[in-house]
Amino acid sequence: MSLVTLALAGGFALILIGLYGALNNRNILRIIIAFTLADTGVNLVLVAVGYMPGRTAPVLDAAVPVDQANALIIDPVPQALVLTAIVIGLGVTALMLAYALRLFASRHTLDISKFTELKW
Amino acid sequence: MINRLLTVAFLAGLAVIFIQLLSGFAPDTDLNLTASYYASRTAPDLGAQNVVTGIIVTYRGLDTLGEVTVLFLTAAIVALVLVHGRALEAERGPKPFPAGELLQTGSRLLAPMILLLGIYVFVNGHLTPGGGFQGGAIMASAVLLLLLTDPMRRFSHRLISRIESTAGLLFVAIGLLGLLFAGGFLDARFLPQGWFGALFSAGAIPLIYSLIGLKVGAEFSSMLLSLSETEDEK
Amino acid sequence: MSTLTLLMAVLALAAMLGGAAVAVASKSTAVAILAAGLVSLMASVLFVLLAAPDVAMTEAAIGSGLTTFLFFFVLGRVKEEQDDD
Repeated sequence: MSLVTLALAGGFALILIGLYGALNNRNILRIIIAFTLADTGVNLVLVAVGYMPGRTAPVLDAAVPVDQANALIIDPVPQALVLTAIVIGLGVTALMLAYALRLFASRHTLDISKFTELKW
Repeated sequence: MINRLLTVAFLAGLAVIFIQLLSGFAPDTDLNLTASYYASRTAPDLGAQNVVTGIIVTYRGLDTLGEVTVLFLTAAIVALVLVHGRALEAERGPKPFPAGELLQTGSRLLAPMILLLGIYVFVNGHLTPGGGFQGGAIMASAVLLLLLTDPMRRFSHRLISRIESTAGLLFVAIGLLGLLFAGGFLDARFLPQGWFGALFSAGAIPLIYSLIGLKVGAEFSSMLLSLSETEDEK
Repeated sequence: MSTLTLLMAVLALAAMLGGAAVAVASKSTAVAILAAGLVSLMASVLFVLLAAPDVAMTEAAIGSGLTTFLFFFVLGRVKEEQDDD
């Protein structure tokens, strides 16, 4: 059981738990919380894929001399992608919360089964 | 009941796929071609110590431009969707308890320090782990602390939106300067590289990241203020 | 891979999955929001163990700081309207 396998398994489990919460709950706020959980799980999976055992973080300081950087650091590209993904995840959460507030202001309930205008 | 069974069946199918992905996975032993290019060329080309910063600002600078645009859109939509409360003090319902002496004095002491920490984090983004997004989030935490201590406080929306727009415009202007004087759009090499590891090194990377940090901090603050100042519809 | 790091990873993972279960299944929304903040914090610890310090800082500041507060602002607004009726 290496670190990468544990982190990948944890990330996948978090995605499944988040999706279950989003599909099962009625309260809009709980659905949004479940989406943030699934988002964290996806980011964890992405970072875990870039890890290599025995190597260190991609910062060239006293521990990593410049000419040996190619042999001592892990893959920096997934980290750059996940940084962007976390920030945009917050933006999406803020948007969802703003819409939840508007929905609540129009119907005074947060139960998603009461919003039936779009059902055929 | 049927809904719950369908949900569990769908999630079980996903779990089977995930287990198959997990069992066939082994971490690499050598860096792949892209990563080894970035790892070996960051110090000579850019002079930055933090490889991730070099990737975000220079090598994949267009992605950062896209992200900054998406954040701007998000802040604008949140401010548009929610009606801003300009209610008088008397109309806001029961006034919350004034925060205690300890909280007020403590927050007045801590807020400048938190702002300073945020500025430190994004100015040193090319030397240590950190950068614009982290520093911006820390600066928004300072605004959050002030907001929690005194919920009736009115922040100046104009100042925050001016900071945000100015930082965004300067970011694009520096990108265009990179087009004129160096390799391409958002190429940070038009300023001198300096000593490796000094504060004023790595070309224009500290400047670009500082502008991103200010912009992100202003955007998060504006999102927080929009959400906390909404007015009930009567 | 030293055993201490592995032990830390197992503990962080257990806390994370426990917090996720509480966030999805609890009755009170405030407890669910706090559990989501705990999940974010444990994910940040796992990011440090996976040698990604930039990502850990970002997740700690944004995920467990700002997201939790956004949720509590909205929850406070919803509760105060429900108490008015």
